[in-house]
Amino acid sequence: MSASPEPATAPLLELRGMTRSFPGVLANDQVDLSIAPGEIHALLGENGAGKSTLVKMIYGILKPDAGEILWKGEVTEIPSPAFARDLGIAMVFQHFSLFDSLTVFENIILGMDAGEDSARLRRDIAEISARYGLPLDPDRHVYTLSVGERQRIEIIRCLLLKPALLVMDEPTSVLTPQEVDQLFETLRQLADEGMSILYISHKLAEIKALCSHATILRGGRVVDSVAVDQETPATLAAKMMGAALAAEPEPGERVPGETRLALENLTLDAADEFGIPLRNISLQVRGGEILGIAGVAGNGQDELLKAISGETRATPGAVRIDGNDCGHLGPNDRRMLGLATIPEERLGHGAVPGIDLTGNGLLTAFRRLKLATRGFIHWGASGRFADSVVERFRVKASGNRAPADSLSGGNLQKFIVGREICQDPELLVVSQPTWGVDAGAARTIHDALRALAARGTAVLVISQDLDELMRISHRIAAICAGSVSATYRVGDVSAEQIGLLMAGTAELDGVEAVHAA
Amino acid sequence: METLLPTLLTIITAATPLLYAALGEMVTEKSGVLNLGVEGMMLVGAVVAFAAMHATGSASVAILAGLLAGAALSSIFAVLVLGFQSSQVATGLALTIFGIGLSALLGQGLVGVAYNGLPKLPIPFLSEIPFLGPLLFDHDILVYGSFVAVPLVAWFLARTRPGLVLRAVGNSHDAAHAIGYPVLRIRFLAILFGGAMAGIAGAYLSLAYSPLWIENMSAGRGWIALALVVFATWRPWRVLAGAYLFGGITILQLHAQAIGVGVPPQVMSMLPYVATIVVLVLISRDQNKIKLNAPGCIGKPFHPTA
Repeated sequence: MSASPEPATAPLLELRGMTRSFPGVLANDQVDLSIAPGEIHALLGENGAGKSTLVKMIYGILKPDAGEILWKGEVTEIPSPAFARDLGIAMVFQHFSLFDSLTVFENIILGMDAGEDSARLRRDIAEISARYGLPLDPDRHVYTLSVGERQRIEIIRCLLLKPALLVMDEPTSVLTPQEVDQLFETLRQLADEGMSILYISHKLAEIKALCSHATILRGGRVVDSVAVDQETPATLAAKMMGAALAAEPEPGERVPGETRLALENLTLDAADEFGIPLRNISLQVRGGEILGIAGVAGNGQDELLKAISGETRATPGAVRIDGNDCGHLGPNDRRMLGLATIPEERLGHGAVPGIDLTGNGLLTAFRRLKLATRGFIHWGASGRFADSVVERFRVKASGNRAPADSLSGGNLQKFIVGREICQDPELLVVSQPTWGVDAGAARTIHDALRALAARGTAVLVISQDLDELMRISHRIAAICAGSVSATYRVGDVSAEQIGLLMAGTAELDGVEAVHAA
Repeated sequence: METLLPTLLTIITAATPLLYAALGEMVTEKSGVLNLGVEGMMLVGAVVAFAAMHATGSASVAILAGLLAGAALSSIFAVLVLGFQSSQVATGLALTIFGIGLSALLGQGLVGVAYNGLPKLPIPFLSEIPFLGPLLFDHDILVYGSFVAVPLVAWFLARTRPGLVLRAVGNSHDAAHAIGYPVLRIRFLAILFGGAMAGIAGAYLSLAYSPLWIENMSAGRGWIALALVVFATWRPWRVLAGAYLFGGITILQLHAQAIGVGVPPQVMSMLPYVATIVVLVLISRDQNKIKLNAPGCIGKPFHPTA
């Protein structure tokens, strides 16, 4: 870097008028952006604002329809990721580009040029690990690693290339608060050493904490380019979303109700080598309250949801709904007891991709709402049910005959949440209610969950988004390696303390646990 | 002892075509492509190799012709599934049906012609060792080749960079593409290798195993080879073990028939196929093994635009 003849203020990377369209969408429209050496620059925008498209053009995965890229002041075409790497651009992807069945070392060497000496590469990996606080065992298989560890592979893989620009796409969405702090320290150290970082996120607090400049995208266009210290999270949010959302209400006083869901020493073996065994999980959810379960992905959230929904059977007495032992019952029988569940994966688990909304509504509601009787489907009533969900939750769809996979992620999520809520459940279990949906849809879903609890339904929310849980839950616990921690009142604990629970601490010192209301 | 050596020798000849076809298919599948056309590629390899033998009298030309024919047929498959993103399952099945028909057409004038088979190439001195000599060191070129192919493929996949890239592409084509590997080109080469190996397997059938051409002479060996890949959980040394196990069952049932075991011969000839089903069921009970070694992207089409 220091050998560069450019003055320090000349941008390392400059984008002018970048434009890229996909069939039916203008994903990027005349986007300008400029990053100085050693700067941590935020690219801010909602899902679908065009952040990923822009980054893919910088990294040579997509070709722009128009516009030019200036690298160190010279117009440069970036035809491939390999070319971008040669220039000095490295990228950590949002969905990691890792190979599960290969080892850490094999994953790293795949990102290097051919002919790399493997003994030297091992030394380099160890050195970078130590220098930037990124511990990693090179001989472990990736599928055995936590998400945070996987991200370290990606970062080390990038740092080995000694890049001038590091691009990070939503890097913290999968990390515990402690891991986020550690990552920020690494990033600041890198920036101090002169590396530029393009940091993509929609989390405003992070951008305030880390970045100096921000370029804000909305609907594929740059709406503003700002110095972060001149802004507040609220002004950034307004620019990102176009209109300020009213602040979410505080979780109100809980109306104590009957215990709807009781798990007692729920223990289940892992279904396969990639699964997580559940160990001695005990918790109660009462009518009228929202219980949040925090946790980093892959700590047993899926397994827990399936054990409650009935997709996996449990031992007698381990799962009770309204006092009824239902460990041996399947999903439909549990639904008849008043349970509704919303799994994390929208397409393929929550909804059948190729089936229309009417059919997808029918699939979970047919018994409770008697949409099918004596083996025959009442299509009229089913269609009306789908219509009512679409209307009540303002789902953008071309009607109840639209296939589930034709909806955007946020709209499909609204439909699935609405489908369950419109069945008036007494107990709702939902995993990742707002994963990958924009702020407007997230707000709709949060409000619906709050309203449901206010009507007396017991709600269990499993989420990786700690901010979300802090906003909507009355009580909170964390899941780690298949065990659920003690439960606390949300007002009694800080995000850092929940981070400790997410990392495997069973109980917090000096905070009173509340197991039942 | 007197019947043991001939029995073992026939097991080797029965296992060799399975070994070639399964090794080739394993490499194809490791890249993330399922080619169900093995049977068709074997048959076309068999008839073309036999025709080349008929025309030139040269064993090496015949083997090369079989290899190229298998590769050529697999290239049709490659263009369809990689270029046009057709369904791998349907295209593979179509390839088998096409291969059966094409081989019958090409082989019309060759029925009834016979040869002496591939010449034996005894290795000096080693082949004189009692028992082991004739068992291991007195074979034709294709049997030797199969002995060498297993460690070569194992070494390639586990120790070389192209082998690592091949496994990576099969494990996650999106990740491989994001890093910048040419997924489609790598898969094309893997498909060609699978086709060439199936072609050699076919050539062995019509040049050595039973040196003549009969319609549909592979008799389901292509399907057994496909099953062997799963049986071996995508590992080369287990493909070797599996090929010899199934070769052994094939031969044992012949011997049992000859001795006159009181079971109808039709039931005996079902044995290798029944064994295939039984073994697959047993293997599939352990999902972990399959998940750990199975290529993550097998059968999934890759859209490079994403």
